[in-house]
Amino acid sequence: MVETQEVIKYPLDDYLRTERLPHIWCPGCGIGMALQALLWSIKELHEQGVIDRKKVCFFTGIGCTARASGFVKFDAIHALHGRAIPVATGAKLGNPSLIPIVFSGDGDIAAIGGNHLLHAARRNFDILVVMINNMTYALTGGQLAPTTPTGVRSTTTPRGNPENVMDTTKFVASLRPNFVARYSVTQPTILRTVFKKALPKRGFRFIEVMSTCTEIFGRHTGFRDPYELYSRLKKICKIKKISSIDEIKYDWENEITCGTFIDKDDPSFLDMYFKMYKPRGMVYGES
Amino acid sequence: MRVEFISGNEASAEGAMTAGLKVYVGYPITPSSDLFEYLSEKLPERGGIVFQGEDEIASINALVGAALAGAKAMTATSGPGLSLMAEGIGLACMVEAPLVIVDVMRAGPSTGIATHVGQGDIMQSRWLSHGPYNLVAFAPFSAQEAFDYTVKAFNVAVRLRLPVILLSDATIAHTRERVVIKESGEIEVEDFKRPTVPPEKYRFYDPDPRDLVPPMAFLGEGYYIHAESLSHDERGYYDTRPSVYRRLVERLVKKVERNKKSIVASKSYYTDDAEILFVAFGSVARSTLALVRDLREQGIKAGLFRPISIWPLDDEKLIEASKRAKKVVVVELNQGQLVEVIEDALWHHQRYDVEVLSLPMILSETPSPDEILDEINSKGWKLW
Repeated sequence: MVETQEVIKYPLDDYLRTERLPHIWCPGCGIGMALQALLWSIKELHEQGVIDRKKVCFFTGIGCTARASGFVKFDAIHALHGRAIPVATGAKLGNPSLIPIVFSGDGDIAAIGGNHLLHAARRNFDILVVMINNMTYALTGGQLAPTTPTGVRSTTTPRGNPENVMDTTKFVASLRPNFVARYSVTQPTILRTVFKKALPKRGFRFIEVMSTCTEIFGRHTGFRDPYELYSRLKKICKIKKISSIDEIKYDWENEITCGTFIDKDDPSFLDMYFKMYKPRGMVYGES
Repeated sequence: MRVEFISGNEASAEGAMTAGLKVYVGYPITPSSDLFEYLSEKLPERGGIVFQGEDEIASINALVGAALAGAKAMTATSGPGLSLMAEGIGLACMVEAPLVIVDVMRAGPSTGIATHVGQGDIMQSRWLSHGPYNLVAFAPFSAQEAFDYTVKAFNVAVRLRLPVILLSDATIAHTRERVVIKESGEIEVEDFKRPTVPPEKYRFYDPDPRDLVPPMAFLGEGYYIHAESLSHDERGYYDTRPSVYRRLVERLVKKVERNKKSIVASKSYYTDDAEILFVAFGSVARSTLALVRDLREQGIKAGLFRPISIWPLDDEKLIEASKRAKKVVVVELNQGQLVEVIEDALWHHQRYDVEVLSLPMILSETPSPDEILDEINSKGWKLW
């Protein structure tokens, strides 16, 4: 009797550069969970004929999260630290039929890339930005990020963080782009639904994903076990409906408010540009 | 073909549109802003998009995205803006994104004098980003050349998959002159070098061994390209092995040298019997040419070599122009940058017999022929 060994194929293998696996992320890291949710949402939208996966492009900066561009089977640009948003912007201008996804970390998007984030959101420019927030510079060993909670130790604030913290979601929401949401890797099923909702939309879409960095952030903050950090995040990431963005909290001790805070369909930058300037021979979607 | 009376900046904009410009991303900076404004009016009706970035860092990075999406892309700036583009230019070289940057040189350093001319970006245009890489820079000396060499800048950019800088200056940019504007078909316009193999066999960084340039698939075509700013193999996959790094970076540096013949440009005036060879470029070359003509009228055997491609230099033509020269005088509006390039080229060709004299003029205006002559006389050189 000849025994045939069955090759086990993971449902997302077609969306991964499997020859590049295993990935670089540490055990207990939340980036993979967020990426998985995103890939599931793309797969579902592609199979339902809502989007064409060939048009999906990943743009990443530098950092742990940014390495995702090398593992996914899409067109991808692994660009400079902080510059994924302008690269994605240029690509969308070069070919408006593309579906750009910026997938990068909090250091990349909120700190060094903060100016680009501000203006892309203000313009309601047609890209999806997924910011994985692990509250530290993980790839470089745990330095202070604008998202590091006040008081928490990092390698560059060994006696604790003296700064005020940046609530990136609240900041982006104040600029009124078409979609703003924050969830956590402890809510993976919801993440999938939210990505699926945001991806086919026009205009600027921002999704912050609270994530676990057990090896760096966890060690520095006294969470010896990945489970402890995950549980802490699960406890404080509270999904709420809000009536004003003032109610959004980013408090490591009590509550990091999660939810979909803005979901609207205002004309996007490209809608406006095509309407007002009518670039000859070019079309943007159904506009 | 049509004839217009336009400035150097407008001529560059026209050249870009002839070359098939699709995406212009800019940030306002004197003395380049009127190029941006001109395109804001004209480009949409020619089938392109004009976008204002939040800074020059956004501009250069957006061009990389636009170029890899298959659009001919350009920006214009001046010294302070070019400084901000340093890292992005390195990115464009590393991921091999073809794009064009017009640098309208002004008086520096730092903010300097925004409305006045300078020629201080010669070394900056070549060496501003960190690490080993290579790129191309052309310097026009008239509005007509601003048109012609913007078209050529696009041709070289797409042929070699790299950034090309047009080193214009404030005087060229704002001098109105007669310009013959040609359309694609009347002047050579090259298209991107495209893949010849199916997606499953295609690799984004697999070079054509003849010119060392990999054919280019665009984002969104199903080739699943991976453009990588880290050291990478032919697939674009990050690889730290020294052998992979060397193979990649040597190719990035050598592809300019390998294709040099099709890039270099220069012009020589009265050089057949020239014993004193002047070297100047851009707006300063116009005054220097007038000085050479004055000297000729006095029976002095003076000539002018004017490099148009600064990087790489047309060194063979320089050697030819300097064949009878005993002295070479390099005139430029900075502390002496082009002189280093000229000296290097002469020594490389063993022309140790030629005395190279540097005439740097730290002025914020284009000098007249008389001012150049006064500067020479103040040095006490016995040139004639």
